[in-house]
Amino acid sequence: MELHTLTIHQLHQLLKSRQVSSVEATRSLLARIEATDSRINAFITVAADQAMTAAEVADQRIGSGDCAPLTGVPVALKDIFLTEGLRTTCASRMLENFIAPYDATAWANMKKQGAVLLGKLNQDEFAMGSSSENSAFGATRNPWDTNRIPGGSSGGSAAAIAAQQAIATLGTDTGGSIRQPASHCGCVGLKPTYGRVSRHGVIAYASSLDQVGPVTRDVTDAALLLQTIAGHDPLDSTSVAQAVPDYSAALKNDVKRLKIGLPKEYFIDGLDQDVQRAMDNAIAHLRSQGAEFVEVSLPHTAYAVACYYLIATAEASSNLARYEGVRFGRRASEAQGLIEMMSQSRAEGFGAEVKRRIMLGTYALSSGYYDAYYLKAQKVRTLIQRDFNEAFKQVDILLTPVAPTPAFRIGEKTADPLQMYLSDIFTIPVNLAGTCGISIPAQPSADGLPIGLQLIGRPFGEETILQAAYSFEQTTDWHRQKAAL
Amino acid sequence: MSITCTEIDHVARLARLALSDAEKELFTSQMSAILSYAETLNGLDTDGISPTSRAVPVENAFRADAVSASIGTDQALANAPDRVDSFFRVPPVIE
Repeated sequence: MELHTLTIHQLHQLLKSRQVSSVEATRSLLARIEATDSRINAFITVAADQAMTAAEVADQRIGSGDCAPLTGVPVALKDIFLTEGLRTTCASRMLENFIAPYDATAWANMKKQGAVLLGKLNQDEFAMGSSSENSAFGATRNPWDTNRIPGGSSGGSAAAIAAQQAIATLGTDTGGSIRQPASHCGCVGLKPTYGRVSRHGVIAYASSLDQVGPVTRDVTDAALLLQTIAGHDPLDSTSVAQAVPDYSAALKNDVKRLKIGLPKEYFIDGLDQDVQRAMDNAIAHLRSQGAEFVEVSLPHTAYAVACYYLIATAEASSNLARYEGVRFGRRASEAQGLIEMMSQSRAEGFGAEVKRRIMLGTYALSSGYYDAYYLKAQKVRTLIQRDFNEAFKQVDILLTPVAPTPAFRIGEKTADPLQMYLSDIFTIPVNLAGTCGISIPAQPSADGLPIGLQLIGRPFGEETILQAAYSFEQTTDWHRQKAAL
Repeated sequence: MSITCTEIDHVARLARLALSDAEKELFTSQMSAILSYAETLNGLDTDGISPTSRAVPVENAFRADAVSASIGTDQALANAPDRVDSFFRVPPVIE
């Protein structure tokens, strides 16, 4: 049996019934990483020894009759999550040697169940990017076609699932950074409602938009992992004190009379043919299962990318002020005087995209421009949020593409940042509105590249999108297709 | 919207970023393009619209004013590029 191909729930059954040990499963995944990662570069750090030790501890725990859903399950984390005692780089030279002093809450919750950490995953530096090319540790490649990007910024989180290098992973999503890579790599990626999962110990990019979520092989695993990480955390003042429902109970194959909105602004002329075909096919599937479709309008969609890149860069310029070469991170050794030391350390530590966004954000917040850019963008954000509120008066969920095209080629968009930003057009509005969205595998392109389908729910409506996604998954086998590596 | 080299210098100083001449030149053209695109927002009438600073309404989160466990001085200093005793050490601020 190829243990590295299993889902969380499949491996859990084998572990619980003692047919397989966590040591065996962990060994299988580490061997798979060893055999494939020179071609994918999904991992920044592989923690083989620590993983084997954690697997032994998990096996003892299972031996004593205690087997929680993640006990002994080998997982990996985007390198944006702090992991106590293990290097956390955020794919930046700035944090090349940073050893986290504590665990991010989301990971702490998984660790409590006995999950086994295989290592830390590649990403765009400080989560800024849509292709995972902006990494100080080299670009991650798409396991379905290694000449193509895996998406970003959580590219390693999705590529590791597609390359069968981890059973499940965590990513973060600020403008589509979980859903878009999941779409490009044929995985399930869930961005929960803002406030549903603690951001404590997650390196901050744009704090009013950042949210943690699972990347998995199927919808059942996404529900399981969300269950583990969701909930109020006193250490994150924006995490919401709302009861966490039983997400697995929502996994029912039933979309009868579910009202699904199709935002007309997302189904524009000139949409990539393969993407259009995948959407048509998905709509036909869900309709045959009893769902009702209604056209809706999100009239401010065209303003979302501009709005996002002002708000996100402004917040980033503030958040990244902490990297000054004093308390942690890189320090330029040659510089004279405090200010020069800081400016030089930041120049050496940050890559081009991070510098560009800090510059943009600083400009948007600077004296004389604040009202014209940042405040204006925050007002437009209100209009975008209202669009969703209005749509959700008519329908239960929305169905849209995740990305305008399948995965593009490595290097195709690096010279033109604006073109890169526009590839996030269908995912960004969900972050601005603060609500939840899931990407699930739909019909692949004619060339066999994965294409994701996005289901968007009301705030804290994760159960509804999980149920619809689960129902769709029951009628298709695209999520079972595997990249030939 | 086009940005001048002087503005780039000013913003880089505010952001404490020592940019190379090549970077300044590149960012001048790229930021001009991105900010021109951002100006599409000016086509929207937002008079009377209140700004959204966070997606989900939350109240101030207070905790009890009580001492609790922390990571401690040694761990807090463990990642410092330079330290002396229980302090971060920095280059001279005043010559």
